[in-house]
Amino acid sequence: MAQFGPVRAMTARYDVEGVHDLDVYLEHDGYEGLRAALDMTPDQIIELVKDSGLRGRGGAGFPTGMKWSFVARDTGKPVYVVCNADEGEPGTFKDREYMERDPHALIEGMIVAGLALESVQGYIYLRGEFAFAGRRLRDAIRQAYDRGYLGEDVMGSGKRYDLTLHRGAGAYICGEETALLDSLEGRRGQPRLRPPFPATHGLFGCPTTVNNVESIATVPFLLRHGAAWFRQWGTEKSPGFKLMCISGEVQRPGNYEFALGTPVSEMIEAAGGMLEGRELSFFCPGGSSTPYLPASDADVPYTFEDIQERGSLLGTGALMVYSTQTCIVDATLRFTEFYEHESCGKCTPCREGGYWLSQILHRIEHGLGREEDLQLLLDICDNVFGRSFCALGDGMTSPITASLKHFREDYEQHVAQGRCPKGVTPPTPREPVLSVATDAAGFQKGERP
Amino acid sequence: MSEQKVTLTIDGEEITVPKGTLVIRAAEQLGVIVPRFCDHPLLDPIGACRQCIVEVEGQRKPMMACTTTCTDEMVVKTHLTSQLAADGQAGTLEFLLINHPLDCPMCDKGGECPLQDQALNHGNNESRFVDEKRRYQKPVAVSEQILLDRERCVLCARCTRFSNEISGDPFIELFERGALEQVAIYEDEPYASYFSGNVIQICPVGALTSASYRFKARPFDVRTAPSVCDLCSAGCTQTVQSRHGEIQRQLARTNMPVNEAWNCDKGRFGFKALTSEARVTTPKLRRGGELVDASWAEALTAVTSAVTAANGKGAGRVAVVTGSRLADEDAYAVSKYVRTVLRSDDLDFRTRFAPAGERAALAALAGRETASYADVEQAPVIIAVGLDPEEEVPILHLRIRKAWRNHSAKIVPVGPRMGSMAPFAYRRLATAPGGEVDALRALGAAAGARDLDAPEGYDDAQVRGVLDDLDGVTGAVILVGERAPAGALAAAGRLADAIGAKLAWVPRRGGARGALDAGLAAGTLPGGRSLEDAGDRADVEAVWGELPTVAGRDLHAILTDAAAGTIDVLHLIGVDLARDAESAALAEKALAKVGTVIVQDLVVNATTEHADVVLPVTATQERHGTLTNWEGRRQRFSQAISGPELVQDDWEIVVQLAAMLGQDLGWNDLEALRGEMTRLGPRDGVRDWPALPASAEASDDEGMLLVTYPLLLDRGTMLLDADDLNATARSPFVALHPDDAARLGIADGDLVEVGDGTTTLRLPARVEDDIVAGAVYVPTNSTDTPVTALVPVAGGPARVAVSVSEPAEVGA
Repeated sequence: MAQFGPVRAMTARYDVEGVHDLDVYLEHDGYEGLRAALDMTPDQIIELVKDSGLRGRGGAGFPTGMKWSFVARDTGKPVYVVCNADEGEPGTFKDREYMERDPHALIEGMIVAGLALESVQGYIYLRGEFAFAGRRLRDAIRQAYDRGYLGEDVMGSGKRYDLTLHRGAGAYICGEETALLDSLEGRRGQPRLRPPFPATHGLFGCPTTVNNVESIATVPFLLRHGAAWFRQWGTEKSPGFKLMCISGEVQRPGNYEFALGTPVSEMIEAAGGMLEGRELSFFCPGGSSTPYLPASDADVPYTFEDIQERGSLLGTGALMVYSTQTCIVDATLRFTEFYEHESCGKCTPCREGGYWLSQILHRIEHGLGREEDLQLLLDICDNVFGRSFCALGDGMTSPITASLKHFREDYEQHVAQGRCPKGVTPPTPREPVLSVATDAAGFQKGERP
Repeated sequence: MSEQKVTLTIDGEEITVPKGTLVIRAAEQLGVIVPRFCDHPLLDPIGACRQCIVEVEGQRKPMMACTTTCTDEMVVKTHLTSQLAADGQAGTLEFLLINHPLDCPMCDKGGECPLQDQALNHGNNESRFVDEKRRYQKPVAVSEQILLDRERCVLCARCTRFSNEISGDPFIELFERGALEQVAIYEDEPYASYFSGNVIQICPVGALTSASYRFKARPFDVRTAPSVCDLCSAGCTQTVQSRHGEIQRQLARTNMPVNEAWNCDKGRFGFKALTSEARVTTPKLRRGGELVDASWAEALTAVTSAVTAANGKGAGRVAVVTGSRLADEDAYAVSKYVRTVLRSDDLDFRTRFAPAGERAALAALAGRETASYADVEQAPVIIAVGLDPEEEVPILHLRIRKAWRNHSAKIVPVGPRMGSMAPFAYRRLATAPGGEVDALRALGAAAGARDLDAPEGYDDAQVRGVLDDLDGVTGAVILVGERAPAGALAAAGRLADAIGAKLAWVPRRGGARGALDAGLAAGTLPGGRSLEDAGDRADVEAVWGELPTVAGRDLHAILTDAAAGTIDVLHLIGVDLARDAESAALAEKALAKVGTVIVQDLVVNATTEHADVVLPVTATQERHGTLTNWEGRRQRFSQAISGPELVQDDWEIVVQLAAMLGQDLGWNDLEALRGEMTRLGPRDGVRDWPALPASAEASDDEGMLLVTYPLLLDRGTMLLDADDLNATARSPFVALHPDDAARLGIADGDLVEVGDGTTTLRLPARVEDDIVAGAVYVPTNSTDTPVTALVPVAGGPARVAVSVSEPAEVGA
């Protein structure tokens, strides 16, 4: 019988003092998953991951085993395993803490992925701002090399595996896997055209898999305990456990581990419940790109299928909780300005849509909205959603369409009263975007009088 | 093997296309133009602008026609039949316009702007955008000739993709992100490209505009005519647009087999000479030491009097040298005039001193199927000898680069310097200047070429590498530049025969191939015929009448004899010998000595200073004609502008001179002239390659061997007044090998002196691995005193001394 509720599986070592050190890690079953993997064939490892039903933890939820099985291993080209550690989705902070606390678990997972995909080179693409996680990983990788877990002879198996830590330069878009690959190659980080997919033409044109930190770190547990163990939690379509980043107006925001299928309300309770005197108004189930759900949906079991049925997405597992004191227009404006800032600029709908949407929302929140703006917002979202090059554009529309769906009257009040009814922001016009200041310096020389 | 096909339906119409075809291309074939901005058939798909939204049955989301490949049984609905597609396109257009300044009335693109057209066709009359538009300073200069207005930019990335994919000078890039994404250049690497004008032409809005065309004209009030560029042998077709009889701009004209949709900046912007102060607009005669305006009658009489007087003294006292801009018809007319009217064979179309045996090798080229652009594009291996394509024939450079980029063609430069091929050369056969022949001989001998012996003591490690590259490939191409040394063409020809490769002779100058075909060299007759071959002579005599019996002199002999005083009349047609002859020293002596120098040219130049008669001519844009490019492809061009009142076509002048000398060349219009050219046609049959001259003995002479060829943008007179263009010219330099630099104590950037003891050039040193040790490269015509002044009157090889004049500032 499937279990739900809090779990201590992949966070079991969070309580172990100094587990980022290899010796401590080894005392706590460290590299046992890798040991098991070394006795298996690549296909057996992939089969195991498939059987576990593990779904990608980076946002899209694509089955990890299936993703691995698509990687072309027989082209004669090298295969690369890339770990997406560019954790940038607003509300998401699970990977950072995991890498800070238990970096060897990620390294172990990377080596296992390398064995499964017959790859001898892995990369961890780390969000540049994660300085501490970067140091932890750097030290852990060095230790793993020194002690023969990485390098020419992984655990005396005669097999080679190299792991490179690459730090990003601060662009949300580089969490999109093909933009990540471009950035890793030293190019401007913008998403690539697909097909061809990374499974056949990824890093440096070679077959590549890109997996989230949590997905990779889960794999050694599968090796140690098996697929059935993993499936004791969650549902048929959403098996296993999941790191949850609970933030917002709760008593104890932070990372938690739950079995998938645990109701959102129970998760909020586990985080200490709502702040004193606050009442749940809405929540964002899986990061800023996932549409808000109203308080009435708090009973939803946290699974891919159930959340989708309610009109949102599981995303990265970043549960953001808002009370009735929060102005939803203001919250939406913040997200929209984030997307406006992080749009890579490659495609028109996302670039121009973000620019336009945030100006309109800014006007509404600051008391300068017009009645027709609400329909205009929806029209713009319509023209962004499904038209943009990558999912960033889709994500941009989520808070707007969801808030207009569930809380349209809040918008109408802003317009009718000519101010934020909750008094969150005073009425001030937005600064015009004059970008002369950001001129690329190259023009200064060639300037004509 | 037959190509795989797929059949799909677009707007209810079925179409079958090769697998891999993009929906946008398939739709075009049905006449359905899906609106687009970023899509360009010659650039990789990017899917950035999202304008070409179509509906594909079974797809959850709308699809982009420019990135979606056709599949079997696909059902596509464009904006013509799908509301979803039409609405999607309207939405994207609205996005593109929110930040657009809508300054069409003062935008150079107005009237030919896809954004303007689409806004007119599908856009809303009123904008729903009431917020602040993005503002930029406008315009900023990307280079001296390219201006950028970022407010108008739709960020389609056509320009940056062109730079990256086609021209390979990616100093124009997208910077910043989101709504602030913008086209920009690197701070320390200004946009320098010989192909930059193309980004203006492919810009779908008025973001990139031309400094020289700024505020000049509207596309609807210019006169447009197709033309062919005569500034090199590439044969680019172009569009000439004029207003009030003056050229406003020139554009690349799409011609897929030749220049695709591109041209180089020289071809695009290099038309100002036609209206410069230096333009010769009336005939001129030297009177009292000055050139003064004269009537045509006076000028032509002066020519015929001088010719008659010289011929009266005996044979061999009149010689003719032609240059690069002659149309095929001119070349033919001059060829016939010299042989049948002047009764001479002393003529040359080359500015180089022809190496021994070149005549026979060029004659052997006739009648063979030589390489074309298409062959280059498909070639698995390209061997290039004596050629720096980007500097000499830029569009050929783009095609070689395309072969490299598309299918990793192995590019093998042979010679002392790879030049523009260095970034993508696969393997290099480095040789000393002149050593190219031995490399080709060794290669040919190893490949089993007929009558080709390996040179003694040749280190064949490199050669074996090339043979490995050639192993099992078909369709290799060998390109031999005009400056390849004696024997190179014949050796390359034998090698090509042995390995089944296609060969091409790639002259740099525009009319060179046409001149060869017309027989504008001593001993050479039209259609690849030879004066010394009885059958060939008979063919030509049947049309022309009696011909001289003995082969005449080439340029070197002509100039040498002229300098010695045995030539009285030198008739120069479109050639600036004072700057362009291989030895400026010899040309100077000859021009000073010859009694009557007749210059038939467009502009006053260094050579006209010696002229006694100057005859004004029409430029290519001012007349009708035909030009043959390096492939041997003939392309007609028509008159775009009328030109100054008194100028005449070169062939017309020759016809009049002939008449005044008592002979009728047989035609008074182009049709009749062309008719005779066709009647004579090419020679039947193919000649064998001539024997190779003996390998040059190694010389113990002191000094460094001079390698020189012109940069694309130099002091050439056709670039007069093209100020914006000339500002982008590469600065002259002396390239030398690090070993030589170390030996001579020269550091990169030092000002050095290059000299032969009498003449000295001072130029910055460029220490590079590209040039072989023992040689220096100096651009031919980029300095006040051309480097040809260092070439001995006997011709090459020139040896020069190099020494430091002023060390570079440390840290500069």
